[in-house]
Amino acid sequence: MLPAPDRPAAAPRHPTPLLAVEDLRVQFRTAAGEITPVDGLSFEVAPGETLAVLGESGSGKSVTAQAVMGLLPRPAGRVTGGRILFDGVDLLTRPAAEVRALRGPDMAMVFQDPLSSLNPVFRVGTQIGEVFRRHRGASRRQARAAAIDLMKRVGIPDAAKRVDDYPHQFSGGMRQRVMIAMAIALHPRLLIADEPTTALDVTVQAQVMALLTSLQQEYGMALVLITHDLGVVADVADRMLLVYAGRAAETGPIREVYERPAHPYTAGLMASLPGEQERLTPIPGSPPNLAALPPGCPFHPRCRYAVDRCRAERPPLRAVAGPGRAAACHRAEEVLDGA
Amino acid sequence: MSVIAPPAPAEAAPAAGPARRPGTARIRFALTVIAVYVAAAVVGPVLLAYDPVATRTADRLLPPGSRTSDGGLAVFGTDQVGQDLLAQMLQGARVSIAVGVATLLLAGLIGVVVGVVAGYFGGFLDGLLMRLADVQLAFPSILLAIFIAALLGPSVVNVVIVLAVSNWVTFARVVRSQVLTVRGREFVDATRTLGAGTWHVVRRCVLPACVAPVLVVATVELGHVILAEASLSFLGLGTPASTPSWGVTIANGRNYLAEAWWIATIPGLALALLVVAFGVLGDALRDRFDPRLKSL
Repeated sequence: MLPAPDRPAAAPRHPTPLLAVEDLRVQFRTAAGEITPVDGLSFEVAPGETLAVLGESGSGKSVTAQAVMGLLPRPAGRVTGGRILFDGVDLLTRPAAEVRALRGPDMAMVFQDPLSSLNPVFRVGTQIGEVFRRHRGASRRQARAAAIDLMKRVGIPDAAKRVDDYPHQFSGGMRQRVMIAMAIALHPRLLIADEPTTALDVTVQAQVMALLTSLQQEYGMALVLITHDLGVVADVADRMLLVYAGRAAETGPIREVYERPAHPYTAGLMASLPGEQERLTPIPGSPPNLAALPPGCPFHPRCRYAVDRCRAERPPLRAVAGPGRAAACHRAEEVLDGA
Repeated sequence: MSVIAPPAPAEAAPAAGPARRPGTARIRFALTVIAVYVAAAVVGPVLLAYDPVATRTADRLLPPGSRTSDGGLAVFGTDQVGQDLLAQMLQGARVSIAVGVATLLLAGLIGVVVGVVAGYFGGFLDGLLMRLADVQLAFPSILLAIFIAALLGPSVVNVVIVLAVSNWVTFARVVRSQVLTVRGREFVDATRTLGAGTWHVVRRCVLPACVAPVLVVATVELGHVILAEASLSFLGLGTPASTPSWGVTIANGRNYLAEAWWIATIPGLALALLVVAFGVLGDALRDRFDPRLKSL
């Protein structure tokens, strides 16, 4: 399988990735002690590319997004290591005002629950227009016109009328469209979508995904799609990053990884998808307890490939099987061949 | 489905009228009472002139419904210096309500600022401000008011300051808890991801969410404040005698309770009715707006 010629699939080799997360470490103080939901995670996103960040609940994928957007709940959570480079600028070391100026015009985010992520006390038109008023100094009238245009663009019927409605008057899918309208208002170069379709009806999910991808192509944004739904992103994403216990388990071009996983966890997820086989094969065990991670590879208690080395030594993310692919498994080659 | 459904009683229910939101009747009643008071306070003194220093000894201690020497009707009677009690009460309503509203504006301002600062920024500042509030709550507020009033001396402005100082805590605590809830909501994060700074988040996300609970608190507190103002005036620590609030009138009537019960009793009843009306209104508003009660 060759990478598509029109797009350099090996994004990590791109001279200046739009977003580069290097060895990120996020820690939370909890009642159960210090936990590390993100522990040495690295990934890059090239301009205009779509990266799917996959993982179970609690794997650290949403915390990573929060860290990138500067939304970690203070004072419990904090970044204790690594760098987050946006366009070569380390967001963690720059002054807050400088980073804040990037949010909106350069990077934006779409959240999981579109009802709770809209302010219930303002009309949606006001909320969308707010972005233009703040960042572009638009007048009330201009902001309202821009809001109506955006609502039309994201496929809200009767936008001129609905601009004066409150969030609770919209259906779930329409609310998510409003959220997306706010996020893309200033044509950001990076859009992080944290489970953008999870709270929506199945019929609406496909529409919202289609909207996101069409907007991405129109504006040339890089899109980071965080999800636990392998199916949703299969046709949309260029590359994928599978996160387990706050670490990268496997990364690579999404089609190749889906077809020939190099990590037992990826293989297990594929086997647990409804497909040709009659019975689904679940991954044994339960997601790791972050407060009490096993030594060595965090996946070894659930892994049928586990050997003594896996229990003792944490596998680094290493290149396997072709350009742009990497897996954090001591026995990646065997997983690739067998399974 | 061959089972014949019994006539559903639910169909009959809407005939009783559309479902009312909780507390509608109580809110209407209380608002009516309060509106009458406010109208009386605004219009009354214009219609019935009251001169605080005038004395008419011929008309002393006339019972309610008497004719005065100049032929007027003393609806509520006259006091120990021959002043018409109704005129005095209308003037007093002005003072009481004005002091109450001014106090709440001041206390509300202090309380909202403290609550937002404590709740939004948290940490050391939160601890300091909330311990201060705890200390003040542990101290009887009327005692504190008496203490400060004795230091500052009687005047309308001082009464407002005194009562505001002893009432900001309720606002601060309610606002703080509201801020803590709102701060963690996703739409605040969403606003931040679009480049909003602290001030913008406070103004557009936090403060609007505080409006309903603050209004509820203010309504309940308004009754308390009017009562506290009357108490201070009764004790001689509130408004000076030249500005007759209800407390002053009641205090004047105390010495004549045996022969002229109306001087202290009628303003007392008026005061009680207003305080009850505010209490009812506050409770009804809380039933309607307090999300915690709704989920019970």
